[in-house]
Amino acid sequence: MAVRAEARPVEVVAASRPRDGFRSVVGVVGSLVPALLVLIVLTLLQQAAPAIKQFGLKFLIDTDWNPVTDTFGALPAIFGTVATAFLSLALALPVGVAVAVILAEPGHTRIRGIVGTGIELLAAIPSVVYGIWALYVLAPWSYVHLEVPISEHVTFIGWLAAPATRSLFNAALVLAVMVLPTLTAISRDVIKAVPRGMKENAVALGATWWETTRRVILPSARAGIFGATILALGRALGETIAVTMVIGNAYVIPHSIFQPAYTLASVIANEFTEATGTIYPAALIELGLVLILVTLIVNVIALLLVHSTSREARLTA
Amino acid sequence: MNRNNRRRYASRTSLGVMYALTVLALIPLGLVLWFTIAKGLPSVIHPQFFFNSELPPCEPSCPSVSDAGVGHAIVGTAIMVGIASLIAIPIGILGGIYLAEYGIARWASWVRLACDVLVGTPSIAIGLFIYAFLVVPFHHFSALSGAVALAVLMLPIVARTAEGAVSLIPNGLRESGLALGLPRWRVSLQLILPAAAPGVITGALLSVARAAGETAPLLFTAFGAHILVLNPNSPMQALPMTVFRDALLPYKSLQAQAWGAALVLIIMVLGINLVSRWILRRQIALAGQL
Repeated sequence: MAVRAEARPVEVVAASRPRDGFRSVVGVVGSLVPALLVLIVLTLLQQAAPAIKQFGLKFLIDTDWNPVTDTFGALPAIFGTVATAFLSLALALPVGVAVAVILAEPGHTRIRGIVGTGIELLAAIPSVVYGIWALYVLAPWSYVHLEVPISEHVTFIGWLAAPATRSLFNAALVLAVMVLPTLTAISRDVIKAVPRGMKENAVALGATWWETTRRVILPSARAGIFGATILALGRALGETIAVTMVIGNAYVIPHSIFQPAYTLASVIANEFTEATGTIYPAALIELGLVLILVTLIVNVIALLLVHSTSREARLTA
Repeated sequence: MNRNNRRRYASRTSLGVMYALTVLALIPLGLVLWFTIAKGLPSVIHPQFFFNSELPPCEPSCPSVSDAGVGHAIVGTAIMVGIASLIAIPIGILGGIYLAEYGIARWASWVRLACDVLVGTPSIAIGLFIYAFLVVPFHHFSALSGAVALAVLMLPIVARTAEGAVSLIPNGLRESGLALGLPRWRVSLQLILPAAAPGVITGALLSVARAAGETAPLLFTAFGAHILVLNPNSPMQALPMTVFRDALLPYKSLQAQAWGAALVLIIMVLGINLVSRWILRRQIALAGQL
């Protein structure tokens, strides 16, 4: 108790007061946020009810999406969402961790500050600007300089064939740029939180910079970097506009990553305003429900991981 | 000795690779800025671009590209982000004060987690939610519902940054206020909040920048319009929607307009970001003097 009083004297004062009306007011206002989250999920659940009743669990494994015959299956959209997200992380992770390691190094504060600001500005650019850039600049470039050469040289792998300008791969490419700041910012903080003593011990034992980084710093920051990766995964899963503009919007499970595909969020963005009847909009909202539940779970796991490592670091520091 | 040389070589190489990857990471920022400026500037240099509203697609015989504009979208973005700020910033600040001042409570850690989860919630899902919640019952799309959707996005950002700013204020200030017999609400609102103002304003500005750039939550709420609309109870256009819809159309004039709108958007958003960074740096410098 004595320790706690020292850390937070205000708490003790507050606790000794019989009633704190202000606390109730701000508490209720703060509670709006969790209430909103619950309300969002419940509202989507209620709106999706007709589709859930009609299709049941088959909705998740059916591949057909036909508003004319009112048959709806989510599998191609789920596949596209998961594939773009994982592919983008595979592209962004090495770069993100490298930038985090460089930014967490001591010295050259000014240059590191500028680089850090640059990466953070990457997060500030609106998704739709990435979209128009990807559509007119990145995708045509990637088609000529990445997709075509790769598919020509690696003919024996089927899922690297048949390049197209608007493709799952190009969507993943722009997503990789978009999730990079999330990855870098959190990884840098986690790497910085590694106790200095550990690094100094390694250096004192004669380890080189790379040996220190690879065998001491990265292993002790591992859980936090993993958390950052999952957080970035959540962002990549939910990203809508930029992906919609370059993925090609084909409701199929593509046989190659260089072919057009579709994601949960893009289907909703493209079709929702035109959806008529009861089942069609309900099916689209059910896609939204699937998306929000998946990102919710992914985010909670990631946040718990990141928080537990930063707490650990604080305890050991 | 040979082995040590190899180790040193490996270390230098990997450091070099990491520096190269860092440069690689910054290239997209440069490219996005460069292309948006290069392709957007020809539209933006005409003053009509800021005052006129959208022209319908008219190729091949357009009167003149320079007659088209995104004035209606700029006004729409300003109105919707303004209303969203009026909703989200006060609520967010109070929520942030709760998290900072009573953050030790068990419930507060749930609120904090909910904020972080809400920040990561796909904005398109928030659009669907507001559609079901505000558009369906009133039977029409409206700027107001778009503003509420943006407010939902802004709320957790404002709350978390306000929390960060308020918890940086030294306990001495709280204690001196309480020692003078001030009630908690006056200590929080009249002592702590003004002291934390730069940080709180930074967070609010960042949330405004985020909301101004969002497209997905507006698609089924504000819906969009081709003319200037001032009534918040009717459908309204926003800059990101102009970029999204015009960029995908096959008309060169509209594509040029989309690039112009993207340029306006990026200047606005990056401008807000740099200004808020500057405010924050001054706050840190001031705190250093205390």
